[in-house]
This record gives sequence, C-alpha cells and structure tokens, in this order.
Amino acid sequence: MGFPYQPHDREQAVLSRYFGDAGARSLDGWRQRGGYRALESALGMEPAAIVSIVKDSGLRGRGGAGFPTGMKWSFMKPGDGKPHYLCCNADESEPGTFKDREIMRWTPHALIEGCAIGAYAIGAETCFVYIRGEFTEPLRVMEAALRETYAAGILGSNAMGTGKRVDIYIHKGAGAYICGEETAMMNSIEGRRGNPRIKPPFPAVAGLFGQPTTINNVETLAAVPHILNEGAAWYKGFCLSNPKSTGTKLFSVCGNVARPGNYEVVMGFPFRDFLYDLCGGPVAGRSFKAVIPGGSSVPIQTMPEAEATLMDYEGFVAQGSMLGSGGVIVFDDAQCMVKHIGRLARFYAHESCAQCTQCREGTAWVTKIMERIEAGGGTMRDLDTLLELSENMTGKTICVLSDSCAAPVVSGIQKFRHEFEAHIAGKGCPLRATVAA
Amino acid sequence: MSADEPGTARETSPSAHGNTARGNGSQGASGEYQPVFVGPVRDELDRIIARYPVKMAALLPALWQVQEARGWVSEHSMAEVAQVLDLTPAYVKGVVTFYTMYHQHPVGRYFVQVCTTSPCGACGADDTVAAFLRHTGCADLGATSEDGKFTVIEVECLGACGFATPVMINEEFLESVTAEKVPDILAQLR
Amino acid sequence: MADAPQVSLTVEGRRISVPAGTSILEAAKSAGVLIPHYCYHPSLPVAGVCRMCLVEVEKAAKLAPACATSVAEGQVVHVHTPKALEARRGVLEFLLINHPLDCPICDQAGECELQDYTFREGRAEGRLLEPKRFNPVEDFGGDVLYVTNRCILCTRCVRFMDDIVKQPVLNVSERGDRAVIGKFEGEDLTHAWAGNVIELCPVGALLSKDFLNKARAWELDRTPSVCPNCTQGCNAILETRDNVLVRMRPRANEDVNKHFLCEYGRLNYRWMNEGRRVEAPLVRQADRLAAVDWDQAIPAAAAILRGKHALVLASPMLSNESLFMLSRLVERVGGRGVFQVERGPEAPLEGVPDLALRAERAANVRGAELAGFVESATPLAELTDGDVLIIVDVGGVQPALDASALARAAAVIVLGTTLPDVARIATAVLPITNPAEEEGTFTNLRGRVQRYMQAKAAPAMARPAWWVLSDLVGALGGGSSYFLASDVFAALATSRPEFAGLSYDSLGLKGALLAGAAEPAEVAR
Repeated sequence: MGFPYQPHDREQAVLSRYFGDAGARSLDGWRQRGGYRALESALGMEPAAIVSIVKDSGLRGRGGAGFPTGMKWSFMKPGDGKPHYLCCNADESEPGTFKDREIMRWTPHALIEGCAIGAYAIGAETCFVYIRGEFTEPLRVMEAALRETYAAGILGSNAMGTGKRVDIYIHKGAGAYICGEETAMMNSIEGRRGNPRIKPPFPAVAGLFGQPTTINNVETLAAVPHILNEGAAWYKGFCLSNPKSTGTKLFSVCGNVARPGNYEVVMGFPFRDFLYDLCGGPVAGRSFKAVIPGGSSVPIQTMPEAEATLMDYEGFVAQGSMLGSGGVIVFDDAQCMVKHIGRLARFYAHESCAQCTQCREGTAWVTKIMERIEAGGGTMRDLDTLLELSENMTGKTICVLSDSCAAPVVSGIQKFRHEFEAHIAGKGCPLRATVAA
Repeated sequence: MSADEPGTARETSPSAHGNTARGNGSQGASGEYQPVFVGPVRDELDRIIARYPVKMAALLPALWQVQEARGWVSEHSMAEVAQVLDLTPAYVKGVVTFYTMYHQHPVGRYFVQVCTTSPCGACGADDTVAAFLRHTGCADLGATSEDGKFTVIEVECLGACGFATPVMINEEFLESVTAEKVPDILAQLR
Repeated sequence: MADAPQVSLTVEGRRISVPAGTSILEAAKSAGVLIPHYCYHPSLPVAGVCRMCLVEVEKAAKLAPACATSVAEGQVVHVHTPKALEARRGVLEFLLINHPLDCPICDQAGECELQDYTFREGRAEGRLLEPKRFNPVEDFGGDVLYVTNRCILCTRCVRFMDDIVKQPVLNVSERGDRAVIGKFEGEDLTHAWAGNVIELCPVGALLSKDFLNKARAWELDRTPSVCPNCTQGCNAILETRDNVLVRMRPRANEDVNKHFLCEYGRLNYRWMNEGRRVEAPLVRQADRLAAVDWDQAIPAAAAILRGKHALVLASPMLSNESLFMLSRLVERVGGRGVFQVERGPEAPLEGVPDLALRAERAANVRGAELAGFVESATPLAELTDGDVLIIVDVGGVQPALDASALARAAAVIVLGTTLPDVARIATAVLPITNPAEEEGTFTNLRGRVQRYMQAKAAPAMARPAWWVLSDLVGALGGGSSYFLASDVFAALATSRPEFAGLSYDSLGLKGALLAGAAEPAEVAR
C-alpha cells in the first residue's frame, strides 16, 4: 500500500493488512485480530514439528539472502546442552528498504509472536531483537508491546502458562549499516565493534556468545504466525512463478515514483504491473530510467530488464539483478546515474567496518573516482580502473559490503556507460548543464 | 540557567550550562567528573546486564545511557563505562568510534540528521539539508549554531526511503520533509 | 593437535600430509611454500582481514584466505595462478594507495613485508590520482612510535595487546578508510612486553624510538643469540652495524619465548657495547698494573694461585663453557665458588605459559648452580684470610662489593671486561669477552641449554673466559687446553651427567633440555 496506506486491490495483504490501523498495536487489539493463537498452539507442539511446517511452507529469508528458513532452523541441534539464541534482525539499513520499520510500527505483536515461535522452534529461550538506533518510533512501539506481553504472561519464564521460558529483549543499535550482517550483529550485541566474523564457524555452530544461534529478518519472523495459523500449504499456494519462491513479499518502493510505500504482493508478481499500476508509474511528465530492485546492494536494472521481471528470487536473477531485501529504488529521466552511483559508493565507504583491505580502501577509492567523474575530472581510463577495482572488491572479503559497493558501479558502467562517457566528454554532468542553461 | 540561554556544550566549560538536559557537561560546579552510573541509572544498567551472559554485552546500552544523561559521550564517560563493565577505556573508545550515533563531542540542543543517501538524494534531500543549514544559522555540516541550539548533519540511509526526506531531530523522526517545510518545523522548536 | 589425524593435500604440486585443523597457510609453509600474508601471525589469533593470503583451491567457488581455511583431504591448492596473483596484486594496490612512499626515510625499509610482496607480486605503477590520506605521527608511549600513514590495519598489534598481553590498550578507532590504530589518552604501551608490537608490525607503522633513524636494515649484520638479561633465555637476534650493537630483537622459539622479547631484554643491550674496556692483560709490577702479553699473564696468574686456596666470585652471565672451566680451576686450586644475582620484579607475559621477564637478571644462574657455584648475597663474607680472590665480571648488572672485605684477600685476580674499582687493587687483570663477543651456551631456568653466536669482534686482546681459564688450569698442571668452545662443551658433556648426550650439533639454534629436565609446559603455571 502506498503512502498514506491506501491498499491496492492487486496486493495480497498478509503482513501489511493492519498497516495504518493503530488499533492493531495494542495487545488487546492484536488478540482481537487473531494474535497469539499461533504461539499458543506452537508451545504445545514439538519444536521439530514447527520447523517442519516452516520448511513445507517454502518460506525463505526476507533480509536479502533468501535462505530457506526451515532449513536454517533445522541446523540448530536440539538437546546439545548449550544455550541457543535467536536474533531478530531489525537493523533495516539497506538503502531503499523500509518494510521492517512498518511491521514494527504497526504490528509489533506480529513480530513478537514470530520471535517467540522461532525461539521455541530452535530450542532458544532468549531472543534479541536488534533494532537500529535511528528507528526511534519502532523502538518505542516495540518496547511498549513487549511490556504488555510480559505483563500478560505471554513471555517470560512461564510463557503462556506452559512452563516454558521465552525471553525477548531489544538491543538498540547505534548507527552502523554493517550490523545488519548477521555475524556483525552478533558482535554488536556482545558489546564489540560491528565487525563481520569469518565463517566457518557458522552461527548455528558458534554464534552469539559462542553458542548456537539463528538470525532471522523481521519480515521472515512476522510471517511465521500466519503460516502456523493457516498452514504450510496455504502459504505455499502464494506463488505466481517459480515454485521455489512462495508466499507474499513486502516490497518497499522509493525514489521517483508517483506512490512510494510498501506493497505486499504474491511471489512472482509482474514487476511491470507493480511499477506502473500499484506504484502509479513515474511522476507527472517524467519517465522511468532505471531501477535498483532489491536494496542498493544489487545490480541496477534497465527499464527493459525491470519490465520483463517476475518478482521472486529467481525472477530478478534472470533479469540481471537480485530480489535482495525488496527495496525498490526507482530513478527517472531527470536523475544522473553517475551522481547516484557515486553517492551509493560514498554510503558504502562510510559504512565499511575497516577490516578487509579491499573494502576499507576500495570503497573510498571508488567513491573518489566516481565523484571526480561526476565533477567533470574523469577520463576514459577511469572506467577501466573502476571495473578492475570492482573485480578486486568482489568475492574476496569476509562479508559482502565490498561486493555491494561494486555491484551498482559495475552494472552502472555496463548499462549506463553513455552517461559516464558524457560526463567525461563534457567535463561535467550534462543534466546539470541543461538546468543551468 | 534556562534552556534558552546560549552556550556551547563543552565539558570543559561547565559554567556555560547548568541544568539543561541535553548538551550538559558531565562536570559539576567543582570541575570534578560526576559519574553517570549512580542511583537509578546504575540500577537500570544492572537490569540490562542481567539479560546477557557476559557483562561486556551491556556496552552499547550503557553508552546510550551516558548519551541520554549527558548529551554526548566524553572520554571521562568512556573511562567510567570501562570501569563499570570491567573493560579498558581504549576498548570502549574503539567501540564508541565505530558507531556513528554516539556523539564524541557536544552537539546543539537540537541535533538534526538529514538522510541524503541516493533514494532521498533523488527526491530533493540536498535541498532539505540546505534549508536546515540556512534557517538554523549553522555555518556548516556538523557545526553548532552560534546560539548553541542546532547542529545539522547529513546521515546515511535512515530506513524510511519511501518518505523522502526523513529527518531526525533528537528522538523525533519526521517524514517527507521538503525544503519548504523546514521553516515551520524550526519555528515549532523555537 | 598432536593427536589429530593426518590430512593429505597438494600445495603447488607438492603432496604433503599435515594434522587435521592446520591452516592452508601453515601447511604450505611446511612444504616450503610461502603464501604472502600480513594479518596472520603464528603466535596470534587468526583475524583473516588483510586478505593477502588468498589462494585458489580447486573446486572452491571463491579464492580462500589461506590463514583462515583449514586443510581438507585431497585438497589441491594453487598459490601462483593468475586468479590468485591478480587478487593479491589488488590487495597490494589497495594497501599502497594511501601508504606514503617514504621508504627512503622509513626504518622498516629493507625488512618491510609491504616492500617485499610488492616487489614480488605488486603492480609497477600506481593509479591513484587523488591526494593520499594524511594522519599525524603519534607517540604510543614506551618505546613505540605510531606512524599512522604507514599503517595497513592488519591489527596484529591490537590482537597482541588483547590476547597475549591481556591488556587491551590499543584499539581500532573509527571505521572505513578513516580507521586507525588508537589508544586512550594517558594509557600508554608501557607494559613490560608491549614493545613486541614493533616486530609484529609488518610495515613501518610501529617503530622503536630506541632504534629510530639509527641504521638502514641492509647495513645490519644479524647474529642468532640468546638474551643475556634474565634466566628465561629468550632467543634473540643481535644486530650490529660497524661492530656496534644497535638492536636486539626476538628470535622465534616455540618452547621458550614464541616470537617475543620483553622491553627490559630488548633495550638492555648497550652494556655489551661498553667502550672502556681492558684491552690487554695487566699484571701488577710494584705499585702499578702493567700491560703484558698473554704468554706472561697466564704464568703470572698461575704463580699467584699456586699453593693457595681461592674464593671464586663467578658471574651468572658467564657461558656454561666458562663456568665449566672455572669450576675446574676451583677444583684444581681448592676453594669455593660463589656468585651474586641482581634481582628485579618478575613480569610475566600473560598469554604465553611460562614466559616472563624473570626476577634473576642474568642468563645463566642455572648454569652457575650446575657448575657448583653457590649464590650468596654477601659473597666476600666467605673470604678467608690469605685466600686469593678471583672475580669474574662479564659486564651488565654489577653487584657491589664490600671494599673492606677485599683487604682480607692475599691477592685479587680479575677476569673482566672493564676496570671496576676493585681492579685497582688487583694483582692481575685478565681481559675477557662479553656474550656478544663470543660463542657459547646458557642454561635457562627450565634447564634448556641454548647456543649463542659471536655477534661482534672482541676488543683488542680480550678472550672468552673459558679460553683464559683453560690456559690457567693448564698452567697449574690441570691437563690439556681447549681451542674451541665446542670442545669445551664436549668436555662438559662428558664430565657432567646433566649435560650428557648434548653437543653443539644437537643443540642447534633452538637448544635442548638437560637430561632429566622437565618440558616447560609441564612446569607451567
């Protein structure tokens, strides 16, 4: 639904059904809307049975990587005598993405219920919800909802009267994009710099505080109560294209589009219809030029690519990009791709944790070159240099921040080379020259 | 001293402040460092520590407590946090400097953060930043206005890209802030 | 890991077998293949951040960091394929863009891993058109200077202080390309072992103030040695320039000091450069000491001793060889042997078992005890009227002697490096070398016998003490003389059961334990 929360009839509102409905925020309101039924039944089930249902639903991670959630949960070995942890990744920092924020603002109990079920399913008694520090309102809403939940005996040492312990705590971030990377998040919770860790060991073996840990995105966990309530087959039935991509997916849309906002569609929805029908197309008098469909870390799509895309994990890959976090950034014909790609590079240079050489030095260097080209000081040789640096920044570091910086640069030069060349030939931005004249 | 009186929020000049909640120096009238973790603040920290299997995990929350109490995180406070959590000050400083939301120097009474990452940049964020600088009288990004009231900075993605341009003023999160709206927003603060 | 099963793999075409859990980097090392690296250090926890050690592993999708990747059965590793070389060339380029090319004035030049790997695998030209980043030099306290601009953020220094010293006074501050190694105002690198960050730094970012601008690395002559400054017996390298010691650095020995050397040890080398030396044997003629040849000095000293008992004040800084000959002298003339030890506070290196700057500030206390010498706080109290007092002084920390007690001696013979006050009343002064000027062995507190080599020329006519003593014992009718330190050691090994079976060959450069001595790990805390 576009801002301010006007649902579109082609949406499939599961997670977003109560966006804009302030009554859904309270515990009572949430219970009236069917809340905590799923948790109640989950606590009466064997954890393995929950994992099995989630596996059958086909639910995949909504944070970016798309790893099957049920399989991830099955890596947590029950009865190993160690404390297990669930981390909920609410560090939503990927430029273009703002769906988890809305889930927490409007339906905090959906997330709390999902966290509690997830924790129980993986044998964890403690769940940390890592919310980025800038999300002041989601933090307030989540804290209030947690207080209600504890007061009602839903959480704590005797969750819903079952004698099982489920504790959920909020851990507030403090300004670091990289803490959305799961191992960086664990370091951040432990009171360290948010440096990603080398894998192996994987979190399911040695994660938070060295114990078996699972990290799930907000949207992933929020979907779980619905899956338990309605069944795996129901969720799996949401599929318009590839059977490996099931369920509904929230897409955040921003940039130069008539109706920005969050839209929830069934996996495999045509991207063309999504952009022109649901989002209302470009603003008056303009036309679309490019789309970054899965948050700023994925390759840029040209409009022919975007318009041929079916919106699921495989569909975006088939059209030269990735579904990523589902943050759709749209640029229209008044925008300078060189400027925006340079600005994205600056974002990554700002956020690099400084561990790996290629990332620490490469993101900053690429930014300098991009900004020089944008300012009119570029040469054709710079383009070759950028591509070579990008190659050296891809697939060689502990995490993928460096790759993420390279992706828009490489796809930008490949798909919008004429804009780079125009900056070099005209010693500056042709769009700016037009405005000045 | 009332909150409206001008003054820079430097720990080294405690007399310029008094009792303002934000931007307050961490030194009392005597010039001695006044610890943050006493009374209810200390109790709160103890409750936080109990959530984690190791004390160190309370570091980010403890630094938030410091910033809430003092408006920024001074080296004195880093040393105090280190002492309270059995860490070294150097370790704490390494962590503080990693996270951009901890202020390592005093800031204006209203700390204005404007998102300028690409999606917002494509929707006029640069104009919003310029409007804030112009109307607050801040000479530059990161500089505090002469009346001590405002500090304006550009920040990376605030995670509300569909509501360009999001702006944070202290704890308040404003959506869809265009350059035209800036004077009204500031008028309400004054 | 000793009990771990063996894993077979191929590195650069060489089939090798290593214990499971070994990193590819260490496995390659054992096959004689050096995989370039910066952040990895065998004595530190793995960080895997410099990404310099990327190698190609067959069937793996991505290049693997050799330091952080364990070997696997049947693995085929390629270090020098175009893909791996290009990745490392990329790392070198990234490291160099902001690294000042100030090698001509950098102390590290010539022993810099950034220079070495760039020479081997780097690009011939730079592509950065923008100005380089600039940060000021910072004094980290202790002996350490931080030249920020040269830092490659490998974090070896931070990990050393965190995990080995267990005193986290260094950090990584800021992030992205603004990141630097930081510390907290007022908390300096003053720990007794902090200076090791200088050697750990693979580039010229952490420098020794003591060595600053003193010499170019290629002008130095390097000699394997043992630190003489305490009983730990840390393996060391003595570095000289024009026959002057200018630096002492740790030499790796897993069983003694890993890769480390304490501040007290490393900076306490100047005494071995002492310039005011006894250059010739001196024999008292009437009321003055006259310079004579060794041919006259030895018989003169023998004459003084003949028919007398002697109190021998040995030095715990003497080699096993010299102590052995000294004990032979004591046996020959009859008498007693004592020694004094200077003591100071013990300073352990927390993260390494059984490694500390020991309280006893001389290398061979154990050796002196084995040779039959007894420690005494008041050695001259043992002096009986009419005895000859033999004082052996190697230099270094010198115990004070009670002058009034000296008067009881019938005669005083000094084997020394300098002319201390006591030498003024000596009947004969025989010039000897200090540990930097001779070859020999020390026995450390755990009974490890370790060789040290001659690092610089002996001054004028000075000779190793064992040589002087061997001639003296010979002159007193005590049998054959020795011409090589190894021969003395062989004699020692035959006549002292603790040294049985040991020889210079078997000691090598890492030493060996005395018969019956416990492994250090077994006596560790």
